Amino acid sequence: MVDFPVDPAVSEGRVPDRAPEGVPELHEVDCPAELREQIETLMGRYPDRRSVSIPALWAVQKLYGWCTPEGIRQAAAVMRVTPAYLEGVATFYDLLHTEPVGNHKVAVCTNISCWMRGGDELLDAFRGAAAGREADVFVSGFECLGACDIAPMASIDERYFGPLETADAQTAIDQLLAGEDVLPEKTLERRGLAGDA
Amino acid sequence: MPETRLLLEHAEDPQLRTLAGYKGYGGYATLQKAYREMEAEEILKQLEESGLRGRGGAGFSMGKKASFLPRGEMDKYLCCNADESEPGAFKDRELMQRNPHQLIEGIAIAAIAADAGHAFIFIRGEYDAQADVLDAAVAEAYDAGYLGENILGSRRDLELIVHRGAGAYICGEETALLDALEGKRGNPRLKPPFPAVQGLYGGPTLINNVETLSNVPRIVAHGAEWFRGYGTEQSPGTKVVSVSGCVRRPGNFEVELGVPTRELIYDLAGGPLDGDVKAFYPGGSSAPVLTAAEGLDLPYSFEAMVEAGSMLGSGSIIVADESVSIPHMALRTARFYHHESCGKCTPCREGTNWTVKMLERVVRGEATPMDLDIVASVQENIIGNCLCVLGDSMAMPVGAMVRKFREEFEQVIAEAGPELDEVSRIAAVQGPAETLGAST
Repeated sequence: MVDFPVDPAVSEGRVPDRAPEGVPELHEVDCPAELREQIETLMGRYPDRRSVSIPALWAVQKLYGWCTPEGIRQAAAVMRVTPAYLEGVATFYDLLHTEPVGNHKVAVCTNISCWMRGGDELLDAFRGAAAGREADVFVSGFECLGACDIAPMASIDERYFGPLETADAQTAIDQLLAGEDVLPEKTLERRGLAGDA
Repeated sequence: MPETRLLLEHAEDPQLRTLAGYKGYGGYATLQKAYREMEAEEILKQLEESGLRGRGGAGFSMGKKASFLPRGEMDKYLCCNADESEPGAFKDRELMQRNPHQLIEGIAIAAIAADAGHAFIFIRGEYDAQADVLDAAVAEAYDAGYLGENILGSRRDLELIVHRGAGAYICGEETALLDALEGKRGNPRLKPPFPAVQGLYGGPTLINNVETLSNVPRIVAHGAEWFRGYGTEQSPGTKVVSVSGCVRRPGNFEVELGVPTRELIYDLAGGPLDGDVKAFYPGGSSAPVLTAAEGLDLPYSFEAMVEAGSMLGSGSIIVADESVSIPHMALRTARFYHHESCGKCTPCREGTNWTVKMLERVVRGEATPMDLDIVASVQENIIGNCLCVLGDSMAMPVGAMVRKFREEFEQVIAEAGPELDEVSRIAAVQGPAETLGAST
């Protein structure tokens, strides 16, 4: 018979090497009043306080630019959950960032319909146009954004634009950095129910 | 071919999204009628008899789904699934952006039928502009007394919350949506119990798609018979069809169910960009692709698509013309599901991962035709073996592509990349021998 090594947890019992994470107290975190109020208002609207985890993380992201560890601790203290719980939620969702990203966000759709019409080339063009300015503009390829009618398209600071040509990428980035209206003639708003792409 | 615009009636009017604009076209009259003249049972009966089928993907009878909710005193919930994330689908976006009050009225009426006191619109986080439109419309509806306490002088209350998701395709699956709404990671639940019995916060929950609920006011206003006057026997009503991909005029078109698919693609959407239609997904990227010969002459209905071995799904057609490489399209499809798999069930998590790896080898020219059999068998081992249908949603279209376009896959394998002898092929597939040794 082979002697397999025995895990000490089996023979001696499991000894936790540190205290399990608790719910942070409000006085332990320096939660801005505005954030606290926002989350508490949300909690009052739902039958269960945990339901506000995504809206609370949106609020954290809006305040700090991304879901910072401290911001997560603050939201956790208001919600009476552990930071790990909220972190687990934040890492599940593509739009919540647990690492620093640029102030402006550009998501270029590379899914089937956009790919057929040049989505990959558009993503390359945006990456090229934003090169060196990553701290200001965060460019990422994204799964279907639900706007295949304006393919190839991009979501720029949460507004949809398309159909875009590769040349539009540089224009859009320049406008973003200059604080101007981005591609006003290419917004989803100005489009009809169907149109010639 | 003309469109039949019911849901998209007056959609070009930018004022439609305001309460005044919507009421100008007779909006909220049905809600008043429902509160003043109708019993919950009567509304439920109209919905059941109308034969309205869910417009989110599964095509299940909406009235029947609502009738599964238990009666009696308990907290019940209504969730509107606005997490439209199926590649190719963009009709709910249009309906919410252009006519948010139609949806709110539908929710308010359906809540009477379901006896729900709390309703939620779970909208995908990417639809920020549409969520803003909904927020504004919901605020107007509260002010006008169509939502809130003692609606229209009745003893009924309804709280409606617009809940923004944060980017996860899986949240369109109804039990994952419930978990996300409860503030958890959006993992699907084991069924049964079905949400109608035990859903949000453990209470009976009715979950319907945006387009399904948007149909409710008209059905209750004009009756089930009127609704059945549109569409086919098994697919009554109209459908907002999103047509995209290689077509000249992509967009949303509302037609009666059962119209010729060819006319949808060639007439309304302007036909293919380059040459002829090669294949198309008839119901979003989860639907098994149909070749032009198989699909173009079918009526666009739930039953015809099922009979052809595919599905109507969310009613979204993605057209591939002759310029599109099917193996690359299969890879693009698989990558999406791999990225979106929540990782809970092994067949989906591993199956999507290996399918992507194998299809990458195919397009790099590092595969052998035998690998295509493995790709096909992996798909068969995913279908029906998971808690939800995300894995199936990759397995069905990818399996269909490998089966129907096998010659093209073999050609890509033969043409792409440098000529490899058998040993380097194995090395390319399995990695160098020492790595193999280390891992075993």
